Amino acid sequence: MVPAGLGIALLLLPLVALLAKADWAQLPAALGSRPVLLALWLSLRCGLLATAVCLVLGIPLALLLARREGWWIRLLRTLVTVPLVLPPMVGGIALLYLLSTQGLIGQYLFEWFGTRIAFSTLAVVLAETFVALPFLVLTLEGALRSLGDRFETVAATLGAGRTTTLFRVTLPLLRPALLSGTALCFARALGEFGATALFAGNKEGVTRTMPLAIYTEFNGGGDGTDTAVAMSLLLVVVALLILFAVRPRRSVW
Amino acid sequence: MIRTTRAFLAVLAAAALGVAGCAGSSGNVATSTPVATSSSVGSAGAAPSTESSSSSAPSSSGSSSTAPTSTAPSSTAPSSTAPSSSGSSSSAPSGGELSGTVTVFAAASLQKTFDDLTATFEKEHPGVDVQVSYDGSSTLVTQLTQGAEADVFASADQKNMTKATDAGLVTGTPTIFATNTLQIAVKPGNPKGITDLASLAKSGVATVVCAPEVPCGSAARTALDAAGVTLDPASEEQKVTDVLTKVAEGDADAGLVYKTDVSGSGGKVEGIDFKESAEAVNSYPISVLKAAPNPSAAAAFVDVVTGAEGQKTLTAAGFGAP
Repeated sequence: MVPAGLGIALLLLPLVALLAKADWAQLPAALGSRPVLLALWLSLRCGLLATAVCLVLGIPLALLLARREGWWIRLLRTLVTVPLVLPPMVGGIALLYLLSTQGLIGQYLFEWFGTRIAFSTLAVVLAETFVALPFLVLTLEGALRSLGDRFETVAATLGAGRTTTLFRVTLPLLRPALLSGTALCFARALGEFGATALFAGNKEGVTRTMPLAIYTEFNGGGDGTDTAVAMSLLLVVVALLILFAVRPRRSVW
Repeated sequence: MIRTTRAFLAVLAAAALGVAGCAGSSGNVATSTPVATSSSVGSAGAAPSTESSSSSAPSSSGSSSTAPTSTAPSSTAPSSTAPSSSGSSSSAPSGGELSGTVTVFAAASLQKTFDDLTATFEKEHPGVDVQVSYDGSSTLVTQLTQGAEADVFASADQKNMTKATDAGLVTGTPTIFATNTLQIAVKPGNPKGITDLASLAKSGVATVVCAPEVPCGSAARTALDAAGVTLDPASEEQKVTDVLTKVAEGDADAGLVYKTDVSGSGGKVEGIDFKESAEAVNSYPISVLKAAPNPSAAAAFVDVVTGAEGQKTLTAAGFGAP
């Protein structure tokens, strides 16, 4: 029992300390300040975009991994999982070497179209997608595997085409997993720091998302500590809301 | 398959746009086409300002190496701007010709002074929006060499400016505009009784310094070597303000920062002078960048920093004369 208690303490006491540190009277003012609003707005935009991209790319990928067999699928699954276990910083450097103006692909984009991807808002979306996509794919793939393909088979024998089956059978069955996967994907994107810091930089209103703003404000020589705490609390609330939204059916609530 | 994803995309794009609706004047990411690889999104480095988006258009010069540099060296004022020594905006019809955004990459230790100078500059040139990114000089150089777009770079030491010059990022010769000296930052009242560098090496004193790549870190190393002190720092930070925070918050007993950081901390830390600091005085160079999207406004900003107005602000903050 003692280790369990210690575990709970380790997980909960830091949040308690954060709440204790908060200056509740100043909270609305801190949250309404320009740096916070800029960071919050950017985080929301990029997080939603990254989640959208994750869904567009993730659902087909999850279907592929769940419904096909073979050694190459196993290899593919391993490769898809890599960004999940990779430290995000490494992802940031890798993205930089791919898409910076001297990058593997980025140099041609820059030469031909004058496009600069690194250190732009798009870089934030890409960094967030990179870390959040495996999350969504593996969640959906697990759900698809546990569902099995019986229903799809029955639908097919009844004459439903592939598109109909997907829309009328597979996706409705997948809905709980899809919702929780999307919410967690969004949370993961919202909290992304390492890859963003290296690949997108830290420019207010352009690439300074909430985590980067917290880091910047907190390290500003002590001036922005209260702002950093306020933003941290906001992210804690967002995290709780997301958890509440994706709570399992037979939950304690 | 495709239609599914479209449906989902529509829902999410609608959500994204819904959020976009309640935004004031912020950046212009093309929310309508999330996966667009067009340069319209790529160049979304637009400032969250009401400026026209033309300022954020990527420089259409073929490649960075052959970018035309029409700027004069920063030491001589280009004809379009008022002479910098005047320090006032009345002597020439300035501001009328300058517009757009100026992106400045500046060392973290310059934050307070450059915030003031930016306000001054924007008052003199109402058409210009100055965006400053403050970070460790070495971080900024890395971002610049990786293709980050900026107009002006102000470094906290020669070494990092040299890195930028060697990478072919700088136009003209960088101008030294200030110097800065190290101090030991401690909690007010100096509870640990720190008197010099040697007392930082005592057991029970947790000292934080900048990483050696960062100007404040290389200066710290020079000073410590001059004093013959071997230090085992509790942490090596990426910018001087990180060190200041650690001391101000009580996470460290002492830190090596600049004099200006101590005087700008509003009494959160106390500064201890030490004699070896004279061996490690940092010079701050500033320069217009070769790939500057807005070279004329960039040159004007450099003129303000190196001119009388800038020098007054810098001296008031505790910087030494160049």
